[in-house]
Amino acid sequence: MIPEIGLAALWLAAALAVLQMVSGAASLRAAPGEVNPLAIYARPAAIVQAFLAVLAFATLLYSFAVTDLSLKLVASNSHSMKPLIYKLTGTWGNHEGSMLLWVGVLAASGGLLSAFEKRLPDRTMGATLAVQGFVALGFYAFLLLASNPFERLPVAAAEGSGLNPLLQDIGLAIHPPTLYAGYVGLSVAFSLAMGALLTREVNPAFARVMRPWVLGAWVLLTLGITAGSYWAYYELGWGGWWFWDPVENASLMPWLAATALMHSVSVLAARDALRTWTIMLGVLAFSMSMLGTFLVRSGVLTSVHAFAVDPERGAFILGLLGIYIGGAFTIFALRAGAVAEGKRFAALSREGALVFNNVMLSAILAIVLLGTLYPLLTEAFDVRVSVGPPYFNPASAIFAIPMLLVMAVGPLLRWKSDKPARLQFELALIAALVIGVIALVSFFGQYPLLPLLGLGLAAALAVAAVLPLKGRKLTRVPVATWGMVIAHFGIAVSLFGMACEGAFSEERLAAVAVGGTEQIDDFKVTLDSVMPIAGPNWTAMQAQLSVSDNGAAPVILDPQARTFWSPPQSTSESALLTKWDGQLYAVIGNQAEDGRWQIRLWWKPFVTFIWYGGILVALGGVLAIAGRVRVDVKRRVASAKGARRRADVEALGAPAPVPAE
Amino acid sequence: MRSRLFLWVPLLPFAFFAGLAAFMLTQPKDEFVESTMIGQPLPAFALDPAFDGLPGASKADFTGKPKLLNVWASWCLPCIAEAPQLEALNRQGVEIIGIAIRDRPEDVANFLSKYGNPYTRIGSDKISEVQLAIGSSGVPETFVIDARGVIRYQKIGDIRPEDVPVLLAELEKAK
Repeated sequence: MIPEIGLAALWLAAALAVLQMVSGAASLRAAPGEVNPLAIYARPAAIVQAFLAVLAFATLLYSFAVTDLSLKLVASNSHSMKPLIYKLTGTWGNHEGSMLLWVGVLAASGGLLSAFEKRLPDRTMGATLAVQGFVALGFYAFLLLASNPFERLPVAAAEGSGLNPLLQDIGLAIHPPTLYAGYVGLSVAFSLAMGALLTREVNPAFARVMRPWVLGAWVLLTLGITAGSYWAYYELGWGGWWFWDPVENASLMPWLAATALMHSVSVLAARDALRTWTIMLGVLAFSMSMLGTFLVRSGVLTSVHAFAVDPERGAFILGLLGIYIGGAFTIFALRAGAVAEGKRFAALSREGALVFNNVMLSAILAIVLLGTLYPLLTEAFDVRVSVGPPYFNPASAIFAIPMLLVMAVGPLLRWKSDKPARLQFELALIAALVIGVIALVSFFGQYPLLPLLGLGLAAALAVAAVLPLKGRKLTRVPVATWGMVIAHFGIAVSLFGMACEGAFSEERLAAVAVGGTEQIDDFKVTLDSVMPIAGPNWTAMQAQLSVSDNGAAPVILDPQARTFWSPPQSTSESALLTKWDGQLYAVIGNQAEDGRWQIRLWWKPFVTFIWYGGILVALGGVLAIAGRVRVDVKRRVASAKGARRRADVEALGAPAPVPAE
Repeated sequence: MRSRLFLWVPLLPFAFFAGLAAFMLTQPKDEFVESTMIGQPLPAFALDPAFDGLPGASKADFTGKPKLLNVWASWCLPCIAEAPQLEALNRQGVEIIGIAIRDRPEDVANFLSKYGNPYTRIGSDKISEVQLAIGSSGVPETFVIDARGVIRYQKIGDIRPEDVPVLLAELEKAK
């Protein structure tokens, strides 16, 4: 019964999406000064639709929680013996469930937009809601016609077949929902961009409406990518933190577009420049989200995330992409020329620096997109290739290095136009830091070029990030400016972690007998024992390593080689020793015939800074939202007060009936 | 007046991608990666008996009719799970030759007395030499070998009840 409620809710939500689309479009056809009677339904339709889609997801969550084996999806992706938390996370650890989550977030953001956004002109809001409804409709159709999550089995299964063991991890509980919320949050930016384009209302007021959505989606994407990277780092047991895997790239591309969009929309809000850029990036960011969904869900590219492969579903999503992305870019090409040009600015100005960095971000996006799709292209000619770090690292660095340099200087520049002479001290300081750090590090040893550049840039960027605070009273700096400073500083922190990991990591692969000791960096690692242990749905060989840092009291690490039995698969559980200045990473492998165990150890200095930096960047985004919302609320309260005062004055000034004495 | 042609630029790469992806979706796709050893003859090998009860295994044993080659180990948990299925195949007249990976004779004997012995021969592969040569990377794995010693099918992981008819069909095809 419960799953049928979910299915019915999904159909109703689809019907409301049609209403929202028609009603929103009707508002465009209203005569000037009048309201089309149909147009009043768009907002309530979006809000009720959000409730229904969330309800559908909640019913699926319930079915997974109680392991309802009469549902095909539960039977093929869950197991009654699993811990409850992994039953719940299993809801989105599969194709149908994750698409339902996607659509649920899409409807929820549409609902939030219509419930709380009152500033836009009615026509623009109507067009925006029509586009949002149109997008949602396609994905409802995809769920209902091609991937019904509520499909029943003719006979209930006796037992479920389990969840991919790699996904049985707490990382899965938070990482995909965060990423999805970010992906789909960009749909609002897309709909707003289309709405503004259709009604030719591309102006600072529109940008102020769009900005919190872009910032929010961007914060969630940042957190999702950071969490995903850490999950891959400790769960896959390969010691790396980014693999340029198609699915990772699918999350990176919307982030790059959203980063560019966020800066561009700020320029539009503050300076009324970059109108066409902002619209283009708004379309591009959500297009990258949909493209990512297609790449992951269609199976045209194989990856470590290989989900169920189904060409028919792929064709369905590709059709949707053709309609939405193809349609949006066509409207953009036809309409954007009619958008009045924004304010002009000199090349050397804060706008100029932001445009430069937007171009660089777009170039990196193109590099990642090309590398991700290249195997698809060669496979059309029957050549199988895999594109990896040797392409991605240098190709993206070509654009990332000038971008980071401009990023150091950009916030120091004035709006509209500036003179380099004014910034002599700052420019000299930044140049001295880059060159000084590189020279210092190369003095101590031979390191690869990219990490070396990374260290120099990280040092310069960390200092440059706080320079905008120079000479200002810290208590009076706006919250949003603090957000920028912290986010830019976070990039420097993250870059420092990446460069250190690349330059100074040490690796040791050894066959160790029980009782034997290995040395890595200052650590003495002793293999105390290897014992079989059993978990709720796995067995493992667990090594006990006692790690002594420079003769200090030993700390115990216990990496495992796990074997799951439903479905059968083995995974490697790494064990980490986190110090302030890095991590010791230990993995246990097979036993050799002479009884010795393969142990793999890494000492990764400052590797944790990669993720600390990611968190700082997200924190900066949160502060920026908080600052903007506070200013907005203040402005609204002030203007409401003003309006009341005017009304009072008018009431006083009007000839009031004088009471007779 | 700005040139409007550049506004079409974003559409072009997308149109190219959509065309390419549409073409690729119509192409047949391998559902799983097949071992490159499929269709190849077994490499020459001769393994000592894994324990006293049964003879060892060599390439020369794969003659006469299609047989199953089961790569397993007494220390492997999924191998316990697949034991009933091997028994079932054995009852249907299938000859199963085992290769025990990195095992000890007493453990092999112990395992067989506990979970049944469907094998006619078991070779002992102490260093995974033959296992790697036939393109197997884990235990358990099961191969269908035809009467000329050519590898025809590879099953990775434990044999589930639903795999039994598949293996029987593959043995029939290999005739």
